Amino acid sequence: MNERDREHSPPQRKKRVALFVTCLADLFRPSVAFASIKLLEQAGCEVTVPLRQTCCGQPAYNSGNYEDAVLQAQEVIQLLAGADYVVVPSGSCAGMISHHYPTLLDGEWRDRALELAAKTFELTVFLKDIAHIRPKRKKSPAKLPSVAYHDGCAGLRELQIKSQPRDLLRELSGVEVCELQQSEVCCGFGGTFCAKMPAISGKMVDDKLKDAVATGARILAGGDLGCLLNIAGRAERLGEDIEVRHIAELLSMQFDGPAIGKGK
Amino acid sequence: MEQHSDTFLDNASAALGNTAQAERRDVIAAFAPLIRSAAVEGFTEFDALRQHVKRVRQHSLDHLEYYLGQFEHEAVHNGNHVHFARDGDELNSLVLDICQQHDARHVAKGKSMVTEETGLNDFLQRAGLEVMETDLGEYIIQQAGETPSHIVAPALHKSAGEIRELFQAKHKLGDRELPETVDLVSEARQVLREHFLKAEVGIIGANALIAENGYSMLVTNEGNGDLCANLPRVLIVCTTIDRVLPLAQDATAMLRLLVRSATGQSQTCYTSFYSGPRRESDVDGPIETHFVLLDNKRSEILDSDYREMLECIRCGACLNHCPIYSAVGGHAYGWVYTGPMGSILTPLLTSLEQSHALPNACTSCGRCAEVCPADIPLPDLLRDLRHEENSKKLSAPRWRLGLKLHSWLTRHPPLYHALTSIVIPVLHWFGRKHGNFERLPLAAGWTSQRNFPAPEGKTFMQQYKAQQKRREQGKHER
Ligand code: SF4
Repeated sequence: MNERDREHSPPQRKKRVALFVTCLADLFRPSVAFASIKLLEQAGCEVTVPLRQTCCGQPAYNSGNYEDAVLQAQEVIQLLAGADYVVVPSGSCAGMISHHYPTLLDGEWRDRALELAAKTFELTVFLKDIAHIRPKRKKSPAKLPSVAYHDGCAGLRELQIKSQPRDLLRELSGVEVCELQQSEVCCGFGGTFCAKMPAISGKMVDDKLKDAVATGARILAGGDLGCLLNIAGRAERLGEDIEVRHIAELLSMQFDGPAIGKGK
Repeated sequence: MEQHSDTFLDNASAALGNTAQAERRDVIAAFAPLIRSAAVEGFTEFDALRQHVKRVRQHSLDHLEYYLGQFEHEAVHNGNHVHFARDGDELNSLVLDICQQHDARHVAKGKSMVTEETGLNDFLQRAGLEVMETDLGEYIIQQAGETPSHIVAPALHKSAGEIRELFQAKHKLGDRELPETVDLVSEARQVLREHFLKAEVGIIGANALIAENGYSMLVTNEGNGDLCANLPRVLIVCTTIDRVLPLAQDATAMLRLLVRSATGQSQTCYTSFYSGPRRESDVDGPIETHFVLLDNKRSEILDSDYREMLECIRCGACLNHCPIYSAVGGHAYGWVYTGPMGSILTPLLTSLEQSHALPNACTSCGRCAEVCPADIPLPDLLRDLRHEENSKKLSAPRWRLGLKLHSWLTRHPPLYHALTSIVIPVLHWFGRKHGNFERLPLAAGWTSQRNFPAPEGKTFMQQYKAQQKRREQGKHER
């Protein structure tokens, strides 16, 4: 390509990303969705938020109501069909769409599910591996206090998310993650599990919280609001003052508001 | 064995309340995965071998009848008797018949989950036989009148102190105090020795049946299996039909996965192959040998969507890596098989009606499937059982209907958004001071253990739509 051609070639089209907000972020933590939009724009994407979105269908699916989960999956597939990429600030919802929709559906719907699966990414994976986000040129104003990271199980095992959040925290926010000792053990959320088997779930979240507190970190971050609401709720019950936040809040350096479960 | 799976939640709460045992489970839960991963990481072919063995197991199950036929033919050729038992009762009666034919009074037993499944010990004891478990763990729980809490380490729930108290109560110790663990082991060995010598019948299990030569394979760390097999006059091998593999090399390939996954060893202390009765030139060995091969619903499972469960090699890794098993221990599951594999096998081998709590004892964290050497998608099978539970309306109606309503609402976005944009701001307003609720109607399960974080404010959708509107207006005005 000579200089002249280059001048006339159109600028590279921005990646068009549809944000799947997730029901928990929509209801409990809108700042996660706003932070995600900001990060995606920082990574050079054009972000849309399909307005008819609600929930990916995990509650029905995991409770064994496959029939209703199928209907929900079909709604989501239709809703997101037009996007180049779908980004989800949750490992378990991204895993639901990319791993479980194709096994849940048959025939033509399965093909459509596979198409959607191929372009659906969890937020940190998309930012790091697809959009190659770079830190803002201006130096970030506040340095983050120490951060521990909780790996959500679906992200970890269905989507192999491990290095991405750590790399991003280092590159964008300038912090090294303090590792939990039992970082690959479930926090006991498990969707309806935590309410159906509260005593067992309580023991599990207690172990997770103790592990996080023992790291000495000021903030516990994670990529899944389910886990984070669970751990933050237990921290409040026990009066632990560790702050629990979604990683999107930290990466976008938007964390002046109260942490999850904290009052003003 | 008597079943208590229907009271899983109560069993679990009781187990969580026993702090000494809970603490010991925590230690084991931290330790067991480490020894497994050290063994697996040091063996570079693990994943390749896992795929290979999976294909072999699938092939054997696809042609189960053929390989069982070949096994029977070869085993009979080696001088064994081969029996097939449709269910547990049939296995028990077959074994009792054999014992009675030989006027046996004493039975020495190696570890066998299959005979736990059929309740063989009780059955033989009721018929007047003395049955002695000879695996150390099994011996301990037999003395204590308990059931196994782990498929590989049946007495995992017992501390050395508890075992010492047990021996003090059951053995004639005189003034011996058995201060060290090794003293406990030699005490048990002493008692068991005598029993090996007086038993007329030995009963053992099998890790595999080899079709090409009619042998069975057994691994132990104590060597008690070999004593059960060689000292008594009669040997009975009890196992299930799905254990058959085509070739000896398939059995040894499986072994390399099994042992690393089970105990983190590269090999157990004893790996034995049993061919049949003593031949004329042999100096020892049983004079008569039997195989009793149990079906007990395996054929049904083979034809069902849960077929992969038959590929389980009973290593116990899924138990050791399950946070729920670690939290509550094996007894909470209320039957023979425990942890993730037990939560699938129990409904399949007994009934979903009695045990539908078990498939719910899962957060779908996937750690079990990650380590399973048989590559069984355990969380998927557990979810499929919840699907059956849901379809058969076995789950609590408030959950079933609540989730149905939730799903319906999410499929009507305008209504869903209208409703949430009222409820969420109200919830936010009530929780604005503390940022969370200690108690909340309809969330008792959640709030029994943790506070309920309050929503941040309006829903995202409310805020986003308002923001878009402002932008539109801004454009118009410009
Ligand atoms: S299901 Fe897998 S991990 Fe569990 S006991 Fe069987 S083979 Fe081992």
